[in-house]
This record gives sequence, structure tokens and C-alpha cells, in this order.
Amino acid sequence: MTAAAGTAPAGTKTPVFRRAAEGKTLPILIVLGVIILIWYAFTVYLNAPWQMDAYERAGTEWTAADLVRDTMAQERPVLPSPHQVVAEIWKTTAGTRLTSKRNLFYHAWITLSSTLLGFVIGTVLGVLLAVGIVHNRAMDKSVMPWVIASQTIPILAVAPMIIVVLNAVGLSGLLPKALISTYLSFFPVVVGMVKGFRSPEAFQLDLMRTYNASGTQTFWKLRWPAALPYLFTSMKVAVAISLVGAIVGELPTGAVAGLGARLLAGSYYGQTVQIWSALFMAAALAAVLVGLVGIGQRMVMARMGEKP
Amino acid sequence: MNANPAIRQEASSPQTSKPVVQAKGLGLTFETNDGPVRALADVDLTINKGEFVSFIGPSGCGKTTFLRVIADLEQPTAGEILVNGMSPEEARRKRAYGYVFQAAGLFPWRTIEQNVALPLEIMGYSKAEQKERVHRTLDLVNLAGFEKKFPWQLSGGMQQRASIARALAFDADLLLMDEPFGALDEIVRDHLNEQLLDLWARTGKTIGFVTHSIPEAVYLSTRIIVMSPRPGRVTDVIVSPLPKERPLDIRESPEFLEIAHRVREGLRAGHGDD
Ligand SMILES: Nc1ncnc2c1ncn2[C@@H]1O[C@H](COP(=O)(O)OP(=O)(O)OP(=O)(O)O)[C@@H](O)[C@H]1O
Ligand SMILES: [Mg+2]
Repeated sequence: MTAAAGTAPAGTKTPVFRRAAEGKTLPILIVLGVIILIWYAFTVYLNAPWQMDAYERAGTEWTAADLVRDTMAQERPVLPSPHQVVAEIWKTTAGTRLTSKRNLFYHAWITLSSTLLGFVIGTVLGVLLAVGIVHNRAMDKSVMPWVIASQTIPILAVAPMIIVVLNAVGLSGLLPKALISTYLSFFPVVVGMVKGFRSPEAFQLDLMRTYNASGTQTFWKLRWPAALPYLFTSMKVAVAISLVGAIVGELPTGAVAGLGARLLAGSYYGQTVQIWSALFMAAALAAVLVGLVGIGQRMVMARMGEKP
Repeated sequence: MNANPAIRQEASSPQTSKPVVQAKGLGLTFETNDGPVRALADVDLTINKGEFVSFIGPSGCGKTTFLRVIADLEQPTAGEILVNGMSPEEARRKRAYGYVFQAAGLFPWRTIEQNVALPLEIMGYSKAEQKERVHRTLDLVNLAGFEKKFPWQLSGGMQQRASIARALAFDADLLLMDEPFGALDEIVRDHLNEQLLDLWARTGKTIGFVTHSIPEAVYLSTRIIVMSPRPGRVTDVIVSPLPKERPLDIRESPEFLEIAHRVREGLRAGHGDD
């Protein structure tokens, strides 16, 4: 092992920066750095007019250095600077009691719970519809066009109706919001699973036929395992889109809690820093959710003998 | 060429042996978008119990189609066919045959033992019985020790043997094999041919075997069916005089070469006017 360590590029003793340079880490860091630089440039550029107005009104002398410093520290900037957003996120997560309504994690949890509920219902619904479509010609002809049509209606138009109608029949709280996530997330699952259930090749189906296998047996022993990779790919899309659905679902209700509510409140009061920090929290949440589905995928696929 | 094959066939198959496959005037025409394709026409053929029958002929002459008709994967459009004295559908429902496809076609998400157990699970064998049979059949095809491996961890030849084990795991007396060794190199093929003969001798199964290789057909078979294309017909039936016990070097014997010659002649005749 020690002899090999000198030559093996992926040896355990390799310095961190070398591993980073060889892997994906360095390119990602470079791109991230560039984005932050551009962001800072825009912060100055977009906030400068207001700042110069302010100087004018106050009659203060100002230098370029002043301008740069002040554009990055406005209370209601057009575009907040990255460090303002980071500070806000820090303050509203680590700096606040977890149960407090000011804590961003609290809001993230509200949104997450309806995201997950909607995602689970959407996935189950999507799989069931796909099973029907694959096994029933009439359903194939009749359901699929509706499934596609459902996604051509903008979700912003549908969301308030769902909420209002469900409220009218006495349903409120988590479920109506979750159903908007369902509305969005069942679609990639239906499309992916129809493809997955149809992925077995003709000779594999013939093989089941030579065993005189029943439809149920063919489903569980062939179609379902063949479709699993498709399920996970669809679920990655579905979970991200569920989050969007949950946030959108919080907008028309005038919800007081949740990332959507934070976005809405932020825009009412011109709190751009708050908007951006909610956006980043949503992005981080999406990344975590997609990552978790990915981990589940790797675990299941490893058990199903996929090449490492 | 002058010897009447039908007479030799009658002479060599004992009257007492039970017919497993009986085809009379069998025909199959596929309706395609470019008009009808006659894959089989006027096929009269009887396969008796315990025979090893090879089908040889140019590509597209209907060999696969004939096996698929026996297996009830394709419906004939003319004539009649009986498998174990029943319709192919009844025979299939009674699980009368094991089918080995040209591609091994193991399920990639199942280990070798799980793949072999697949038909047993479907047919409702008990867990203990499954285990015993998987063990026995994997032994039979020399794959003991590879139970827990996934298909991609095995060579093509080993995968093909696993798929044969899968077809042997349940008690079908008829084994239909469609170019099972087509994609393998000569040495592996020789080896598998030997193993297959050995297995046939030990199990007493009836085997229908499609191949493109003349030596393979002659080496393995008790009877060779030569077919011609468009439409697929039986042009010659050759009963092998070779003994049941066949070492690999029998392929250099004069009898062997004579049969191989006759098969080649038959194939050439099938090609017709060129
Ligand atoms: N499902 C189908 N639909 C239409 N035509 C078909 C179908 N299956 C086979 N055929 C046609 O029937 C004929 C016989 O095909 P078959 O597969 O039985 O040939 P084969 O003898 O097995 O050939 P090969 O040696 O290449 O495997 C071919 O002309 C083929 O094009
Ligand atoms: Mg074929």
C-alpha cells in the first residue's frame, strides 16, 4: 500500500487540494467564484442609482469606495449582496430559536411537510395511473391526453382554485397545499413509469409467457423491477417540482408560514434580503431532497446488482 | 441424395416412441405493412420422445418461427400442430417445454440462482424445492459456485449456460433452443456442445435445436431438418447414423463428414436457382 501510494492518484494520502483538482470540486469552485463575482458587480450596478440619489439628498461628498461599500449595505437593496444574504440566513437560522416564527428552518419545515405529503401522493398516483395505462388499452387512449393537458395549464392559475374549492368543502391546512404539489409531481412519474413498465424487451415477455406466468406475476417479476430505475429518475424531478408546488400553494392563501409566505411577505415590504434568503433556503431544500432520492436510488440499485 | 429421407426416418424411429411434436401441413403467413410474408409452408414433421432434432437453414427460412409455433408464441395460419398430443396453448399452460432464447436474457437485477429460480417461483414450487432444484441444475451446467453472482459478472458462455439451467429447472420434457451458442467462440461452443449432449443423455429430454453451424447440427443431432427460405419448407430430413456416445473427435470420422456433406448439399439445393 505504501509503495503504491506514491503512484496511485486516488491514494488516501493525497493532499486535499490535489484531490479537488482531479475531481469535480475545483471546476465547481471556480464556477461558484465567478458567479459570486458577477453577483457583486451587479449589486453595485443595480443599487448605485438609489445610493447616488441618497447622497444627493443628504448632500454628502462621496467617493467610488464609499459607493461600493454603501451599495452592499443597503437595507432594501434592489439586489442584496451575497454576504448580506448569508448574514440574513445565519441570523434567521442559527441566530433564532428553532420554534420561533422568525426562524427560517421553521418556515422550511412548513413547506417541506406539504412538499413531502404532495410528493408521496403524487408518486403513488403516478405509479397507479401508469399501471392502468400500461395494462389497459382504453386507459392508454383516454387518460394520457388528460395527463398531458393537465400540465399545460399554468400552475399559478390552478393553485388558487384548488385552495378555494377545497376550503369551501371544509379542507384546509396541509392537504390543499400538498395537492398542488401532487398536481405537479404525478406527471413526471406517470410519464417515466409508463416508459419503465414498457421497457422489458419482447423476448423477456415471451419468456414469462413460456412459463405461463399470470399478469400479476409478470408485473412483479419483470415490469416492476425493470421500471425501478425510471421510478427513481422521475422521483428526482417530482420531488423538486413538489417543492415548487408547495411554495406556489402558499402564495394565494396568504399563508403566514412557509417559504412561500416569506417570499410574499418579503415582496410586500420590499425586503429583498428576506426574499433572497428564502430563495436560497428553497434551493438548498431542493438539493437535499433530490440528493436523498439519489441515495435511495443508489441503495436500491446496489441491491439489484447494478455495476458499481 | 437419392436415398429417400422419409423412409430412413421411418426405419430408424421405433414405432413405440411417443410423438412430442406433430406438425401437419403447417403454414404461417405474417401480415405485414409490405404485404404478407410466408414464413412457413407445408411443414410436415414429427419429433419423437428422446430425439435431438436440429433445424438448419439460411437466415429467414422460418426456424425461429417454427420453434415459436411449438411454444405457442406464434399462431399458425394453416395446418395443424400438436405438442404432447395437445394444442400448443394447452401444452404451454401445462408447462410442457423450456425455451432457450438466442440471447441468454437473464434478468440483470437477479443473481444467477435467482434467475434459475424464476420459473420455479412462478410455478409455485416450495422454497426448499426451489433451492434443491437450483442447486441441481446449476451443477448440471457446471455453474456451481456462481449462485450469488449477477449476470454481468459472468462471461457470455456462462450466462448462456445459466439460461439453459433456467430452462432445465422445472420438469419440462421438451427443450426448445434457438441458436443458444450462436454468439460464442468455437472453443466455448465445443465445450457447451459436449455438455449439452451429456445433459441430453442423462435427462432423456427431447430437444429442438436451431443452429447455423453444420458441424454443430451434425455433432449434436439424431435427426437434422434442412430448411429452405421463402416460404420456409423442409427440404431434407437426415437421420444421423452416429452412435449416442460422441467424443468431440467423432467430427473427423468419415460418417460425420458424409452427413455434413449431405447437409451442405441440402442447404445449397434450398438456395435454389443460383
Ligand atoms: N413478427 C413478424 N412479423 C413479420 N414477419 C416476421 C415476423 N417474424 C418473422 N418474420 C419473417 O418470417 C421469416 C422467418 O423468420 P424467422 O425468424 O423464423 O427466420 P430464422 O430462420 O429464424 O432466421 P435466422 O436464422 O436469421 O434467425 C422472415 O422472413 C422474417 O422476416
Ligand atoms: Mg432465428
